[in-house]
Amino acid sequence: MTTTKISIIPMLISSPRSGEKADSCSGILNPSSFLGSKSFYKKHVLVNKIHTRRSASAPVSAVSSDVIQKKKKPTADLVTPNLLITKQEGLEVYEDMVLGRAFEDKCAEMYYRGKMFGFVHLYNGQEAVSTGFIKLLTNGDSVVSTYRDHVHALSKGVPARQVMSELFGKTTGCCRGQGGSMHMFSKEHNVLGGFAFIGEGIPVATGAAFTSKYRREVLKEDCDDVTVAFFGDGTCNNGQFFECLNMAALWKLPIIFVVENNLWAIGMSHLRATSDPEIWKKGPAFGMPGIHVDGMDVLKVREVAKEAVTRARRGEGPTLVECETYRFRGHSLADPDELRDPAEKAHYAKRDPITALKKYLIENDLATEAELKSISKKIDEIVEDAVEFADRSPVPPRSQLLENVFADPRGFGIGPDGKYRCEDPKFTEGTAQGFLRSALRFLSSDFIQI
Amino acid sequence: MHRNEFKLGLEFSSLSEKSCQGSLLEEINMLGLLRQRAGGNVSWIMEQGIRAAASRAFSSSAKESMTVRDALNSTLVEEMSADPKVFLMGEEVGEYQGAYKISKGLLEKFGPDRVLDTPITEAGFTGIAVGAAYHGLKPIVEFMTFNFSMQAIDHIINSAAKSNYMSAGQISVPIVFRGPNGAAAGVGAQHSQCYAAWYAACPGLKVLAPYSSEDARGLLKAAIRDPDPVVFLENELLYGESFPVSAEVLDSNFCLPIGKAKIEREGKDVTITAFSKMVGLALQAADLLAKEDISAEVINLRSIRPLDRRTINDSVRKTNRLVTVEEGFPQHGVGAEICASVIEDSFEYLDAPIERIAGADVPMPYAANLERLAVPQVDDIVRAAKRSCFRSR
Repeated sequence: MTTTKISIIPMLISSPRSGEKADSCSGILNPSSFLGSKSFYKKHVLVNKIHTRRSASAPVSAVSSDVIQKKKKPTADLVTPNLLITKQEGLEVYEDMVLGRAFEDKCAEMYYRGKMFGFVHLYNGQEAVSTGFIKLLTNGDSVVSTYRDHVHALSKGVPARQVMSELFGKTTGCCRGQGGSMHMFSKEHNVLGGFAFIGEGIPVATGAAFTSKYRREVLKEDCDDVTVAFFGDGTCNNGQFFECLNMAALWKLPIIFVVENNLWAIGMSHLRATSDPEIWKKGPAFGMPGIHVDGMDVLKVREVAKEAVTRARRGEGPTLVECETYRFRGHSLADPDELRDPAEKAHYAKRDPITALKKYLIENDLATEAELKSISKKIDEIVEDAVEFADRSPVPPRSQLLENVFADPRGFGIGPDGKYRCEDPKFTEGTAQGFLRSALRFLSSDFIQI
Repeated sequence: MHRNEFKLGLEFSSLSEKSCQGSLLEEINMLGLLRQRAGGNVSWIMEQGIRAAASRAFSSSAKESMTVRDALNSTLVEEMSADPKVFLMGEEVGEYQGAYKISKGLLEKFGPDRVLDTPITEAGFTGIAVGAAYHGLKPIVEFMTFNFSMQAIDHIINSAAKSNYMSAGQISVPIVFRGPNGAAAGVGAQHSQCYAAWYAACPGLKVLAPYSSEDARGLLKAAIRDPDPVVFLENELLYGESFPVSAEVLDSNFCLPIGKAKIEREGKDVTITAFSKMVGLALQAADLLAKEDISAEVINLRSIRPLDRRTINDSVRKTNRLVTVEEGFPQHGVGAEICASVIEDSFEYLDAPIERIAGADVPMPYAANLERLAVPQVDDIVRAAKRSCFRSR
């Protein structure tokens, strides 16, 4: 099958000259040019319709990875304008992806040892998307994710120790053990969750973007923070997705909608669930650019991300980016993963984003084998340290059960002595008596307390 | 008398009649209008009228009256003026002046950046408001009725109520969800449900239900200033009702504490708890009961979550009898929770079984006579109180 490009900006994805991109691409991404280039879309749609209707068991045709095939010769001086990335950026990106991979592998190990429990959804194989976007963000920018959020939190800067502790359910976790795998929140790093319901994070992300605009226009603050919302292919059939595409475009909010299209929603193939599987097309329907990119190639994702983020920061509104990617493991650690064709898995395993970047860095003399090995070693140590830290951290004390339900704990109401319950120090310790006795029976003084 | 003055006099008297049911704000406006029109030649009738109006407007001893609608509107204006982070979002809140005119004049005062007309996307815009609240803004989300909040309930519960807990205190959600709740008149099954019990069951939410204008002002201010998500259940039929308000209530910092019920009427024979519209019916029932020598204590709950169990239990320990009144469905309702609370904590004090008055266990019918049967009436409360006093079966 030929590698038909179903992207609307083929030049962007294959062009090696990153420096000249900004102007040319902003023109392409401008909504008005979309309206003028309807015929361009129609041509591509008609061509691609033949290719995109396929059964679930056939391998999926993907946009080719031009970066690996082209061999670039470095020039005499070490500045290589043909390359998409500098050495430092390359190593940073490599390290982040390796951290994501090593962390998730360690999670699987810990889960099978019984240290982690409940629902755990791993991100193996999709690292290019997270790293490609999040490494371009500042600390003030926000990230909103789904239940597959460990790596988004790590890329945004939440320390591995805190994420691992959270997964172990310890009090040193980023949410003190109260959130868990699916609810990673960090105010410091602006990670706004971690949502279990698909589609739930999209309006919240749109709201965060709304805040940037409100701060700038009403509160007159100097704010150009953007928000990136990550979600999957299944979510793109959900009502909230469309509601937010509409409002984000209507109010020109600084948000990037990133679809991590890994072709599967638990056991439901994207093609079986969606009338028109090309998700990027849903963007222009709402008046924003829709881009399709090879999500297994971090450099391509990074280029697209740069454009989208710059667009949002300039106040030009939202972008919808569909990243074609793949998860190497099942939906969650409880998923036997029997429905996916092994040939499909093998096809994508060959396109592992970490291996691809490693090859690129070495072939373009941006890094040596030894340097990359030392990064892997460093990451292994970080992950080991995170596990040890989580292991030796304490579980939450009993008193933590009733903490943080409200920001204003007077929400617990008035106790039997006529004063607010939260003012009684025995309340959270669990030694208070009173009207909530039945609800807090196990906390009454009759029982052994910690 | 000059013909114009006569006409103006009639106009004034009709206006002043309206003002008795209407608002203080209207009166003050009226004064200005009359002086303008009179243009200096003020006859005796006009003078009397103006003086009377002036005495009503500026006397601090006399109680002014205000409709619930104006109470809510004035609160929104004051809070939005005081804090630029407060903004209003909902269907028809801007150009339409509010589906029930609660947000009248706000678009003109604060502009479209702070009074947002949304498309018909409850799930979407509620989620957007929650996301804005995560970052410290203070959204007020108006649902045209709380029935439509069911389209957004995932956000109210999962991304608003639970977030402070899931993030272990990092992300608080200072948001207010408000709108009319419960039955209106003849609007059918899908527009008439009461959501107090559903929302009050959820930890992390605060649920308020005002009755009078004083409640409306005080509780809405408390809700907007509160750092947690608050569900504010108004009632469409109360919007036009006028209540006396003191100067203290009109103060721009007047807040009522969340979690404290109000004893609207003291009594010693039976306790009647109610919230929202049912408080009015309970008070009427108390009047009728007084004629039969039964002294009823009426408690206006004000706060459904947290429930003021202390006040309820103290009252039951005094009167030894309890009638709970609510408009919503009976199973797992607010009355059920009050019953449980009283039985757990004041069982020995009860002299009679607790009487629960609730809406009929049916979707709201349309026909007017059936609708009357499906919603508690004053007679139902009177009968229940008498039953608990062993005066009738």
